[in-house]
Amino acid sequence: MGYLGHVDAYSTKGMTGIAAIRETMRQELMRDPLLFLIGEEVGSYGGANGVSGDLWEQFGDTKVRNTPISETAILGCALGAAMTGCPAIAEIMFSDFLAVCLDQVFNQITKIRYMSGGQVEVPLVIRAPIGGYIGAAAQHSQCVESWFVHMPGIKVVVPSTPADAAGLLRAAIRDRNPVIYFEHKALYKMAGNVPTDPDYMIPIGKAAIVRQGRDVTVVANSLQLEFTLEAAERLAGKGIQVEVIDPRTLSPLDEETILDSVAKTHHLVVVHEAWVTGGYGGEIAAIVADKGFSSLHGPVKRVGAKQVPIPFSPPLENYVLPEVEDICQAVEECLAKGDKP
Amino acid sequence: MVQPTQKNWNYLRNYDVETLLELYGSMCSIRRFEERVSELFKNGKIPGFVHLYLGQEAIAVGVCSVLQKDDYITSTHRGHGHVIAKGGNMDRMMAELFGKQTGCCKGKGGSMHITDMSIGMLGANGIVAGGLPIALGAAYSASRLHRTDQVTVSFFGDGATAEGAFHETCNLAALWKLPIIFVCENNQFGVGTRVSDSSPFPDLIHRVDGYGIPAVSVDGNEVLAVREAAQKAVVNARQGRGPTFIECKTWRHHGHFEGEDPKYRKASEHQAWMARDPIEYFGRMLVESGVVSADLLAMIDAEALTSIDQAVRFAEESPYPQLAEALEDTFIVHGV
Repeated sequence: MGYLGHVDAYSTKGMTGIAAIRETMRQELMRDPLLFLIGEEVGSYGGANGVSGDLWEQFGDTKVRNTPISETAILGCALGAAMTGCPAIAEIMFSDFLAVCLDQVFNQITKIRYMSGGQVEVPLVIRAPIGGYIGAAAQHSQCVESWFVHMPGIKVVVPSTPADAAGLLRAAIRDRNPVIYFEHKALYKMAGNVPTDPDYMIPIGKAAIVRQGRDVTVVANSLQLEFTLEAAERLAGKGIQVEVIDPRTLSPLDEETILDSVAKTHHLVVVHEAWVTGGYGGEIAAIVADKGFSSLHGPVKRVGAKQVPIPFSPPLENYVLPEVEDICQAVEECLAKGDKP
Repeated sequence: MVQPTQKNWNYLRNYDVETLLELYGSMCSIRRFEERVSELFKNGKIPGFVHLYLGQEAIAVGVCSVLQKDDYITSTHRGHGHVIAKGGNMDRMMAELFGKQTGCCKGKGGSMHITDMSIGMLGANGIVAGGLPIALGAAYSASRLHRTDQVTVSFFGDGATAEGAFHETCNLAALWKLPIIFVCENNQFGVGTRVSDSSPFPDLIHRVDGYGIPAVSVDGNEVLAVREAAQKAVVNARQGRGPTFIECKTWRHHGHFEGEDPKYRKASEHQAWMARDPIEYFGRMLVESGVVSADLLAMIDAEALTSIDQAVRFAEESPYPQLAEALEDTFIVHGV
């Protein structure tokens, strides 16, 4: 089942997530002579994960700036350039490595506009891959979105499909504010239809209702959206109709779409790959408990990783990270414990 | 006390009087500004943390005297001097220190985050070495994308040279031959830790040995020595020959922050450095070499004092921001 509404209205081309990101960057690099991409292996290597591909061959060193392994300098360089009129896309090879250069985000990028009383614009996108299920163990598999949801001064977007990868990235690049863009490694190989319109954008801060249902609302994104859609199919066989919402932007969150859905279904499950403890699922649960309390007819359930570092061994990793069955179970618990309307 | 020498006098012949007086006047402005801030802080007029530039005036003034208005600088938590030397508005900076609405950052930044884009001042920084990677980006944007001949100066202290951000920045600035001037203000202490306890070398120029960056160590209390080193560095940077590292050895007159007792330093060394006060030294050189009269210098100093009085009056008379303003300026609001 496709997204309701937006893609169908455009002429599209089938491509993978990785191509959608690359082609969007290509179009934007062509459109804006001052925009540049900076990161480790983004040059002739073609991207550590293959995202930048042939962009360096097309644009050269200045606009596709390969760097040594210097995450702090990459983000600082992107910030200094953005402040002085050159929008930047900074690629961090794995989102885990954001911990190496967190000062640049936490103390600099997110705060300079505010601290300066609005004197500067920071048109900057940080792109970083997230996620596990690939046997990459504890330092190359993490989902760190929550850290940035907690910070004022940066928008957080997470695409779930190739079309969203293109639409959200373009919106992020054209936004005059800092945006962090988390691309799941599984998205790279995912195929889908992507609008060919070079101005195609998905508004930042707008969720999508991916599947309609009347019994329970499940909020999920990224790879967990795919898992959730599979869970919804299985649950449909049991007569449970699941409404699936992809927030697409985690900060600022589209509260309205979630609250409207819960007002209809009276039940909420939040799914993410990151740890449950301190995850943004807790924030969504709190918002609904606060602003939609009277709608709820059952407990809000959260699905996420178990509270340990991501293990290497495939059976252990699959045990620690959420699976389709975990989502089904959470939905059934949510409905069983509630008073059905 | 150090005596002005014949060598210095000859040196003065390279300068026109107007330039020399500008250097003197700018140093006086910083001195009087900081003295007044110290007093206001003691009297509870200025909240928060305040780190003063007293004693280091010759560095900001010497370096900024060879910059154009559209050249960029990044600064530190001890940044008031850099703003004044670059030509920033003192009224608005003083108002910022008071947390007033008319402050250059509308009262949202304060002493440690003074930013003034109208003079290319990309921000003081509360994180040690925080401004260095930003300078890298400003230099990249100017030289590679906008393709201008603007240079970027990054001011930082001795303490910053132990940070990873410093080394990443030096490496890339050298690798990409960016127009950056690294100005290390070695005031001998990172908070209360001596350079000898934080660096294996007493001369911090060795910090950039591995990057092949031309490096020079100068007396940071001699404004003309600083200016000359900066002049060479700026010419090289503008002509595409890459970065230079300038270590300026100096001494801060007060503690790390106002209210701190600098018990970590010896009275004898403090006295020795105070006898080499950069403004007094430069003033004596100008007078004893016959370039200007002592009266003229006194007049320049009095003018500086007057403008500080005006800045304080402006700050005191300005209103605090409206509370709703606290919720503005996180993002640019625009339609995408």
